[in-house]
Amino acid sequence: MEPSYYLVLSAMLFTIGAVGFMVRRNAIVAFMCVELMLNACNLALVTFSHAWGLLDGQVASFFVMVVAAAEVVVGLAIIVSIYRTRRSASVDDANLLKF
Amino acid sequence: MTPLEVVTPTAASGLFGLAWLLIALPLAGALVLLLAGRFADAWGHLLGTLMPIGSFVLGVVLFVDLLGREEGARAVGVPLYRFIETGGWRIDAGLLVDQLSILFVLLITGVGSLIHVYSIGYMAYDPRRRRFFAYLNLFVAAMLILVLADNYLVLFVGWEGVGLASYLLIGFWQHKPTAATAAKKAFVVNRVGDMGMVLAIMLMLATFGSSAFVDVDAGAGEMGGTVATVMGLLLLLGACGKSAQVPLQSWLLDAMEGPTPVSALIHAATMVTAGVYLVVRANAVFTHTEVASTAVVVVGTVTLLFGAWIGCAKDDIKKVLAGSTMSQIGYMLLAAGIGPAGYAFAIFHLLTHGFFKANMFLGAGSVMHAMDDDVEMRRYGALRRALPITFATFGLGYLAIIGFPFLSGYYSKDHIIEAAFEHNVVVGVLAMVGAGVTAFYMTRLMLMTFLGRRRWAEGVHPHEAPAVMTVPLVVLAAASVVGGLVLNNWIEGWLAPAVRAEAHEASLLHFTPVAAVTLLLVAGGVALAWVLFGRRGVPQTAPSTRSPFVLAGRRDLYGDAFNEAVFMRPGQQLVRVLGRADETLVGGGWSATGDVLAGLSQVGRRLQNGFVRSYALTMVAGVGMVAVVLVLGRLA
Repeated sequence: MEPSYYLVLSAMLFTIGAVGFMVRRNAIVAFMCVELMLNACNLALVTFSHAWGLLDGQVASFFVMVVAAAEVVVGLAIIVSIYRTRRSASVDDANLLKF
Repeated sequence: MTPLEVVTPTAASGLFGLAWLLIALPLAGALVLLLAGRFADAWGHLLGTLMPIGSFVLGVVLFVDLLGREEGARAVGVPLYRFIETGGWRIDAGLLVDQLSILFVLLITGVGSLIHVYSIGYMAYDPRRRRFFAYLNLFVAAMLILVLADNYLVLFVGWEGVGLASYLLIGFWQHKPTAATAAKKAFVVNRVGDMGMVLAIMLMLATFGSSAFVDVDAGAGEMGGTVATVMGLLLLLGACGKSAQVPLQSWLLDAMEGPTPVSALIHAATMVTAGVYLVVRANAVFTHTEVASTAVVVVGTVTLLFGAWIGCAKDDIKKVLAGSTMSQIGYMLLAAGIGPAGYAFAIFHLLTHGFFKANMFLGAGSVMHAMDDDVEMRRYGALRRALPITFATFGLGYLAIIGFPFLSGYYSKDHIIEAAFEHNVVVGVLAMVGAGVTAFYMTRLMLMTFLGRRRWAEGVHPHEAPAVMTVPLVVLAAASVVGGLVLNNWIEGWLAPAVRAEAHEASLLHFTPVAAVTLLLVAGGVALAWVLFGRRGVPQTAPSTRSPFVLAGRRDLYGDAFNEAVFMRPGQQLVRVLGRADETLVGGGWSATGDVLAGLSQVGRRLQNGFVRSYALTMVAGVGMVAVVLVLGRLA
């Protein structure tokens, strides 16, 4: 098995996620981009774990998944609540917390 | 110079183990009266009076015990506890009951008890009488610590204690701004003297490694001349502050703002004589320094004339007596500066002065009591009929202070004048002139207060004070009369071992040319006062005058003006300059730094623009930079 394929895939997924997060205004899409970046990281962790023959990376990816699950619960709740009060899911509209 | 004999105190036994009670009784009184609050209002003054009486009884018992001992065993050391232990320093607190300190104990507790009794009547209508007695007890305790300490550092505890009590009592009527100011003034001027004391004690610790009397006495022979001179001058500075001697005299006249029993106890009989005690106690130091002992003589001589001058010009009865106190303490200090020949005379005069001056101050209090607290002598006159007991007792005190033959002042002051003549003719002549001036201003006081025609206002009805006030007057008057006769032949021999002097044969009928001339001068002073104030009568307002002597005297010889011009104004100026420097240089620098940082933050906070996506861009850029650095680091 050649790890570089997996790593390239991981890098591509991460880049898509990062760029998507910066360019898209829709909160749901931005959220999915965050998930994409997390999963790209997971893929990289598992790849290295496999390559070195160690279990550390796989354990770490479990932690990432747990954090991602918790984040989804909280994040979606926030998005829904913002949508209800402001009638908009655009991240640029939620800009009251500033200088 | 032959090394001095060091007196090693014998160990305490029997009753001397209880010597600490002398101090503890009045201290306990002060604590109870201060802590018990209004609960003690009804009986506080009685408790406060009992405590010094208890100390007096114990003092008499110890005194009788000492009298029964042979000469070498009359100094008794009573170790109490270890005061300070740090590093190489070990300072023990202990008491020294010897020929010198026991006389002070008797004076302080004896005169103190009488003044406590007197105060019961004098302060009867004061709502804060309990507090007054608490402070008086505190004073007695501190003064006893001062005279009983066997170590200069412990002495200093008492020294500060009496300063505190003096401050509290001068400002006792704190609702009067003048009293509050006078108290602060006394405190501040005393600080200057205390600085000298502190430095002297530090010098002792540095030179002898100890500040105990025995160690200082033992080491004094080996110390260098310069060290001895500096130590002596510093001790003299301390003595000047406490005893209101020139140049630290200015507080005493203002201290008369306090209640009159306070003036009698603290500012006449006991506390202000602490400087004399200090000089006599530190005789081992002064023996080794010609400069410092000459300075003591000069200060004493200057002050005795200074005080007498002020006494001549004042119309306030208490201020005349205060000037007189300065003057008499000047005599004591002069005697103490002469050296071994004068120590016993200094203490002799201190004791007799304690009697007759306390008597006269209490008499002045009785007059004020009768005249609705008026102190202006020009509104007295002809009080001898209204106040017969006060007149009689005051008159005896008057005769004692001017040195009427066979009364106490005659003996004690004559000894000092004679010793001054043997020491130096100029000093002797000045001391003699001082005696004449004393006679003048005291006669003036008598004439203005008790004789002549009445000058008081219509609504004033002078009346004799109650017995609780007149009995102490009578006792003190009796002491003023017989004090000299009783002590004259005895005191020199008694004190000789404690002050390392040789006793001379003294006689009650001893009469020398010096004494004759002194008596003539005294008679001249009395006659002059009679001509000026008795025959002519006294105007009700002070006559305006151009005489520079009178004007200077009325303004305390410009003591306050001098202090203001030399110390206060330049001091204020310095503080103002320093304050401005602090504001502009130090404060300005810090505010500028703050302003710059605040300006930068104004710019920096614009980064917080509220757009999540721009934050994300910042993070990505940051991560990118970290990555670049890492990669470059790996390549390098």
